Amino acid sequence: MEHTVTSKARRSRTPGLFPRGRPGAWPIVSGLVALVLALPVLVIFAHVFLPAGDVWVHLRQTLLGEYVRNSLLLLFGVGVGVLVIGIPVAWLVSVCEFPGRRIFQWALMLPLAMPAYIIAYTYTGMLDFTGPVQALIRDITGLGYGQYWFPEIRSLTGAMLMLTLVLYPYVYLLTRAAFLEQSVCVLEVSRTLGSGPYSGFLRVALPLARPAVIAGLTLALMEVLADYGTVAYFGIATFTTGIFRTWYGLADPGAAAQLAAVLLSFVFILILLERWSRMRARFHHTSSRYSTLPRYQLRGWKAAAAVAACLIPVLLGFLVPAAQLTIWALRTTEQWLNPDFAGLVLNTFYLAALAAVIAVILALVLAYARRMEGGLITGLAVRVAGMGYAVPGTVIAIGVMLPFAWFDNTLDGFMRMHFGISTGLLLSGTLAALLFAYAVRFLAVSLQTVEAGLGKIKPSMDDAARSLGMRPLATLTRVHLPIMRGTLLTALLLVFVDVLKELPATLILRPFDFNTLAVRAFELAGDERLAESSSAALAIVLVGLLPVILISLTIERSRPGQTQRARARKRRTDDAPLALPAGAQAS
Amino acid sequence: MFPHASGIFTMAALAAALAFPATVTAEGAGEGEVNLYSARQENLIKPLLDDFTRDTGIQVNLLTGKADELLQRLRLEGRNSPADVLITVDAGNLHQAKEAGVLAAIESQVLNENIPESFRDPEGQWYGLSMRARPILYNKAEVDPSELSTYEALTEAQWKGRICIRSSSNIYNQSMVASIIASEGAEAAQDWANGIVSNMARPPQGGDRDQIRAAAAGVCDIAIANTYYLGAMLAGDDTAQREAAEQMGVFFPNQEDRGTHVNISGAGVTAHAPNRDNGIRLVEYLTGEDAQRWYAEVNQEYPVRPDVPASEILSGFGDFKADDLNLSLLGVHNAEAVRIMDRAGWR
Repeated sequence: MEHTVTSKARRSRTPGLFPRGRPGAWPIVSGLVALVLALPVLVIFAHVFLPAGDVWVHLRQTLLGEYVRNSLLLLFGVGVGVLVIGIPVAWLVSVCEFPGRRIFQWALMLPLAMPAYIIAYTYTGMLDFTGPVQALIRDITGLGYGQYWFPEIRSLTGAMLMLTLVLYPYVYLLTRAAFLEQSVCVLEVSRTLGSGPYSGFLRVALPLARPAVIAGLTLALMEVLADYGTVAYFGIATFTTGIFRTWYGLADPGAAAQLAAVLLSFVFILILLERWSRMRARFHHTSSRYSTLPRYQLRGWKAAAAVAACLIPVLLGFLVPAAQLTIWALRTTEQWLNPDFAGLVLNTFYLAALAAVIAVILALVLAYARRMEGGLITGLAVRVAGMGYAVPGTVIAIGVMLPFAWFDNTLDGFMRMHFGISTGLLLSGTLAALLFAYAVRFLAVSLQTVEAGLGKIKPSMDDAARSLGMRPLATLTRVHLPIMRGTLLTALLLVFVDVLKELPATLILRPFDFNTLAVRAFELAGDERLAESSSAALAIVLVGLLPVILISLTIERSRPGQTQRARARKRRTDDAPLALPAGAQAS
Repeated sequence: MFPHASGIFTMAALAAALAFPATVTAEGAGEGEVNLYSARQENLIKPLLDDFTRDTGIQVNLLTGKADELLQRLRLEGRNSPADVLITVDAGNLHQAKEAGVLAAIESQVLNENIPESFRDPEGQWYGLSMRARPILYNKAEVDPSELSTYEALTEAQWKGRICIRSSSNIYNQSMVASIIASEGAEAAQDWANGIVSNMARPPQGGDRDQIRAAAAGVCDIAIANTYYLGAMLAGDDTAQREAAEQMGVFFPNQEDRGTHVNISGAGVTAHAPNRDNGIRLVEYLTGEDAQRWYAEVNQEYPVRPDVPASEILSGFGDFKADDLNLSLLGVHNAEAVRIMDRAGWR
């Protein structure tokens, strides 16, 4: 198997500080782009050198241990959770056939549209001591507080569950895309060699999909590290809550940035581990022959188990909370059913779409530059920029505001001094600043996805294209992009939905009189007006729904085998008039 | 081809979107405009701003956010900041804004007449707009109010496992501990925080309303929460919340000594306000009779003007003696308060 599908790391050459050979425009442009995108994270890192007073001593004596312990436990719990849910369902809907499979393949993505803090608020409203579920139990049994056992939703375990429910789609989505893009020959060969469905999955498909699985897992874990809303509401002290507390409560930005740097080093280790684990083997498909594999038809209890495995995550991660939100929203229609609300929806939609396109284009530029033996600086800058995803949005926002305000004020000062005119704030407080922040924050999402997709295309394709005289841009647009259409759509979808939900950076960077659904939902939910916030929360989910479904369908159609088969079918019909006489002659 | 096609489409959207703030600016040209950074959320300020625009013709551009972050933005934007007015919902934040030098002292006859001295900055950099108290709320079925006396008495053994209060990350708790530091000293505040932590019914979680609901449902007997949360629960349409709130009694502690802890929301005109006069007019408007009545009725806050009555619900809680501590001190002692709660293990 190794011989058919892996080519050993081609890049044994160590990349130099600058790209080898004639420096074309591509590496220079991509290097600059990467550096600009890395700026906010670097700005935060620079805070590390601020004097931190005695806050560290205080933190060590009090909360630091808890921050570390809780963050690690949360990472571990959610990590296990998203893998246990994400991989099996991806496999089931990709290669098995069971009732409802066509619906599940997109429905499994729905929890992606649920902001973590909203699902946390919703479940708390339903399940905590004063909620309807426990009230019903008390009514039936006549027991009071402390006389019966009920799981405490606002706990570390509760937070793990909430985050797992909304984050498993990352693993599901990327893994499924990988399964669909797998050259069918590999699977066919494995079947001819006697692999059954289980060993075919464990020994061939899963190892091949590993880069995608890891990419999905990394995204989920970075989001866990950046999460503030859920852990703050549940009262769990993690690095994120610690950063906020230190920055604002203890009024010590230096120490807060140092905490953020510790958090970033978590991420860095995560990324290094992933790189290291992949170092010796890169998986490329050497065969480009694809065809549709007959699905395993599941029957009886196996089909029932498959349905249950797919239904439970959708039910808990989407249907139940969405139903609760709908009930609340219907109770408060008079408060939100107005033209303002439509404007809010449109605002949010455009912003998310725009940010998604920008993030994916940037990711393509950067990933492609790295593929073409990018220099060390570009590679490092890309890594640093990608870490933005694990940084709480507020911290990124400050990293964006600082350089932008500095630029604006310096330019203004210069113009005033030399020309007597004031240019004011050119960038700060504009949508451009906000879009830049989104690009920084969500670059990791598009980059991980695009790199995973690009990595599966064997480098000999590039060489072939180049030897046929194609320039890098042409190779990208005419060779790579068509192959990775599914991957690109996945990346677009992920960033789109992430921006829909994004709150902290939007809150602080947006221009005057500009609101999004997430801002509206948060303002109300943050003030404990859960019912009033439900309409905006529900709208986030609904706006996210449409692209989720559309893109999911496109991803399935994007499976290389699908188009080839369709083309083959077409060819057969085209050829028919010619073939028939030939056949007739033979008989 | 996919990214290109939508790229062009969305670039057009970007251009339109970028033009958006500019058109807003142009619209308010009649009587000018005023730019507001508000930590008070949109639905709790917008109706007042609309009234202001109707009465004066001045267009208000609004940016809501968290106080700390608005302050951060204001500082970074420096002298080019478009903001004219900053509104926060805690005196500690107002003090920090003053310390950061982003507010300007203003001299206004109207403001000085409308707002009692204890609710404004001695140098005129910020002015209180509304007041809230943080009293002891008790479950009427479990607690006789005669058992209650002061915040300090809640640390006694009889309250073990009976108190609900939210996380120490919350500014209201930080300000409350800061008020104890200011009047009784850091050591007393540490003792108090330790005592409260050992008497908690459960680790702190949720917001103020959650504490009230928990006490009503029997998780604990005492909840410490701001008055407007209880008021809003009583005035709201949610039956379950109203019923929970109705089970609670309000006890204003420390009436024999310093008084019940109170806090304010307030506003200040910024140091580099491009529309300074309009900014002053807006702050004056927010302390006007109509605006004060609106706070009282809609958000169940105590008006800062003595001549405007509290809402019926708030009046029902009874009169009380408020801690007349200079509210700047809440900001001064904020960081110390956080450390004290950290040491007490107050999550």
